[in-house]
Amino acid sequence: MPRLTVNGQQVEVPAETNLIEAARKAGVEVPHYCYHPGLSIAGQCRLCMVDIEKAPRPTIACNTIATEGMVVLTETDRVRETRKSIMEFHLINHPLDCPVCDQAGECWLQIYYMKHGLYDPRMRDEKVHKPKAVPLGPHVMLDAERCILCSRCVRFCDEITATGELGIFERGDHSEIGLFPGRALENPYSGNVVDICPVGALTDRDFRFQVRVWYLDSAKSVCPGCARGCNIDVHVNRRRPHHAEGRRVARLKPRYNGSVNRWWLCDAGRYGFTFVDDKDRLLAPTRREGETVSDATWDEAIAALAAALRRSPPDEIGIIASPKMANEDLFAVRRLLDNRALRRVAFRVPPRVAGDQDNFLIRADKNPNSLGAELVGLGGDSRAVLEAARAHRLRCLMIFGHDLLASEWPAAEVREALGAVETVVFVGANANATSAAAHWVLPAAAWVERDGTYTNFEGRVQRFRQATEPIGQALAEWEIVGRLLAALGDESTATRAEHWFRQLVAAVPAFAGLSYQALGDGGRLLAGAVKA
Amino acid sequence: MTDEKILTRNFHRQDSHTLDGYRATGGYQAWPKAQAMEPAAIVEDVKASNLRGLGGAGFPTGTKWSFIPKTHTGPVYLVINADEGEPGTFKDRYLLERDPHALIEGMLIAARAIRCATGFVYIRGEYVEPWRRFSAAVREAYAAGYLGKGFDIVVHRGAGAYICGEETGLISSLEGKKGWPKLKPPFPAIKGAFGAPTIVNNVETICHVPHIISRGAAWFAGLGTKTQGGTRMYSVSGRVARPGLYEESVAVTLRQLIYERAGGVTGNGRLKAVVPGGSSAAILTAAEIDVTMDVDGLKNAGTMAGSAGIIVMDETVSIPEALMVVARFYAHESCGQCTPCRESTGWIYKMTHRIVEGRGRRADLDTILDVARRGAGTTICAFYDGAVGPYISYIEKFRSEFEALTDGAAATPSRREAVSHA
Repeated sequence: MPRLTVNGQQVEVPAETNLIEAARKAGVEVPHYCYHPGLSIAGQCRLCMVDIEKAPRPTIACNTIATEGMVVLTETDRVRETRKSIMEFHLINHPLDCPVCDQAGECWLQIYYMKHGLYDPRMRDEKVHKPKAVPLGPHVMLDAERCILCSRCVRFCDEITATGELGIFERGDHSEIGLFPGRALENPYSGNVVDICPVGALTDRDFRFQVRVWYLDSAKSVCPGCARGCNIDVHVNRRRPHHAEGRRVARLKPRYNGSVNRWWLCDAGRYGFTFVDDKDRLLAPTRREGETVSDATWDEAIAALAAALRRSPPDEIGIIASPKMANEDLFAVRRLLDNRALRRVAFRVPPRVAGDQDNFLIRADKNPNSLGAELVGLGGDSRAVLEAARAHRLRCLMIFGHDLLASEWPAAEVREALGAVETVVFVGANANATSAAAHWVLPAAAWVERDGTYTNFEGRVQRFRQATEPIGQALAEWEIVGRLLAALGDESTATRAEHWFRQLVAAVPAFAGLSYQALGDGGRLLAGAVKA
Repeated sequence: MTDEKILTRNFHRQDSHTLDGYRATGGYQAWPKAQAMEPAAIVEDVKASNLRGLGGAGFPTGTKWSFIPKTHTGPVYLVINADEGEPGTFKDRYLLERDPHALIEGMLIAARAIRCATGFVYIRGEYVEPWRRFSAAVREAYAAGYLGKGFDIVVHRGAGAYICGEETGLISSLEGKKGWPKLKPPFPAIKGAFGAPTIVNNVETICHVPHIISRGAAWFAGLGTKTQGGTRMYSVSGRVARPGLYEESVAVTLRQLIYERAGGVTGNGRLKAVVPGGSSAAILTAAEIDVTMDVDGLKNAGTMAGSAGIIVMDETVSIPEALMVVARFYAHESCGQCTPCRESTGWIYKMTHRIVEGRGRRADLDTILDVARRGAGTTICAFYDGAVGPYISYIEKFRSEFEALTDGAAATPSRREAVSHA
């Protein structure tokens, strides 16, 4: 563990730590473009120059390993002058089209020019022109003129996905990023190149021109797209609702978690949030009588549901919960089971097409909380619940989120089952064929509209936080079930997700010792969980 | 000082490129002698000879060889840089064409010194005839049993990029990658071609090695100056009566080369400026040519021996136009990896072009100088520092000539085409 001094401050770092990371540890930011902690060292932007005592001239920090007794200075006059020069070099051929550039507001050319540049521009000659608005693949757009050729995107495709679609072509100031002939940037992680592009060269085709980044708010969250539980930031547009045609969730960005996804996020997860602002969102409780569907108040809906549960013997009530529900929701369901002594419960519904999986992030289980549902005690045979319904042995069936008609099960059998139950209740965020067949449809808040936790496939419990208000009258599932419990006379129901989590921790041994505070931003492994 | 020809001694023979011709003039005599020597003793001999790299950097050859880690057990590679691309330089092509076996024998000895079993010869793509001649010589050497018994040579042709003559750019290209120079550390002697310790030497440097082994380090050292032994080949071009290749001691002066060997200045007969070591060397004025041509002599004169490509300009030559041509070369050849070089070589070319076209401002001159100074020393390889040599020296030494073209002053119509970014 070498000890070194950065700007007069002593810091001890692991062996083989470079000076950018060593300085970071000392609280000193060394500006850089091409360096990325998840990629190999390129050393080509030349911005991360620092002074090292006794060295004849500034050295790049990214390719210099910290050694015992090293004295590093990041703010000497010559380092500042060098930085200023490097900024000028980066910008002489840059189009300076910030007003029409999507990166504006989160562009490292802007940030570093204001911090380290502030020179008077001297470039008066014609700039080099390169291709603009070139689609590289389904998700990524290239503007080669804005590119500073840091090669992060090239290294990402070489080293992380090992797909090698991108290269740097031509030479000198005509160099440009491009696709190898016959290739498209369509690997399952392509969106990450937009994140790591420090400038406006690679922009997100889904996000570009939707809303200015300075109007976005952000909440720490977890991707619900599969059992990995990649950490994300949800960027929402609440301040300019007239932009982006009312779309509230502007984009998802990966959030670093060294134990889960590091810096990355797959495209399926990144672009899988459209259901949140979809036209098929359920906005209010509805009741269906025959072909007539009418809105109801929450009180009416809860009262009707409580009555249905009261009048049905426990053995004639079935619940199909969902592995897309949070631990808090699932525990509320568990309380409902205990309250009514219900036994016909399950949460797994087999998909029609098995999910894809790779050996990087993507998991075949496309649910964020299968392990949580199992641990809370909702594991059961959902097919048996369905068969009971088909056999006219159920009077009430509550379905959370699933579209049973889009499952592996024959649709005719599902239809038959749904038709054989007196009261079918659907609780979910979006309408589907199953909700259309239900007698009561209760709108649930999407994951970005509420707080909660998921337990990923490795047993890591992670928090996701509310990023925006629930749409219409939607409520979190824990609240819907909580209201139902209250109507059934259970006085101990909780009023916040965190309260439910505390009750869960107290009741389920696997979660012992956890709290929202303990989970923090990176989550915690359950005791006894084995890291896969 | 010596007038003896060593590298070029057989150039007059019709059969100098053949095995028979080489052996008839004492070739392949040093190799058996070296085989009887311990590798370390060969390294010591070459150190003592004061042989310095003749490709451009002038680094002591024996010292470079000694950087191979002693404890290394895997493969070690010897790479010969025959990507001669420095403007004004045309020596290695003649060695490959007219004395290819000298390079092979030198490689055998060098390989023994660094315990290497495979050598690569990276030949500039445009050098078709040198490549044919050298490849034929390699076949002869295999047939005669010099090669293939513990040492093999792989001949590789480049594809026409100046940067591939840079030591680590060459290694990248040899590895099948884009010819981008590599970050140092690690240095090639620790981790070079294909991840193995690698020594990269220039053709001419290695051609000297058999003679050092045959005739002794002291003899070789005595041919030159205190800090550099031997002779080297000077490529003399431009406004001289007898442009061509001249082998002389490294202690020869620039004046001797221009006036005694190359027959003096043509054009209007009056010397204006000389580039002494290839286009990357700082320019010298007519008053600065009484310098010895060894590495340290030229370094002390504020320029460099480089590849010993001497470009002579008489008074009728426009220095701004010469700088524009040089600047266009560096803008065209910058590999584009490091930002300062990639961006400023193009910018500086545009400014020099504008000045030559009569659209320059006096402030442009200061901008060029400032940009050059700011970029110097900030890049992965020495390419940009090489470009800075001419940028700064041409303007500083001939500033009035540039100023006469700026700020609307009467401009000489350029013979050059308009700015092209094709």
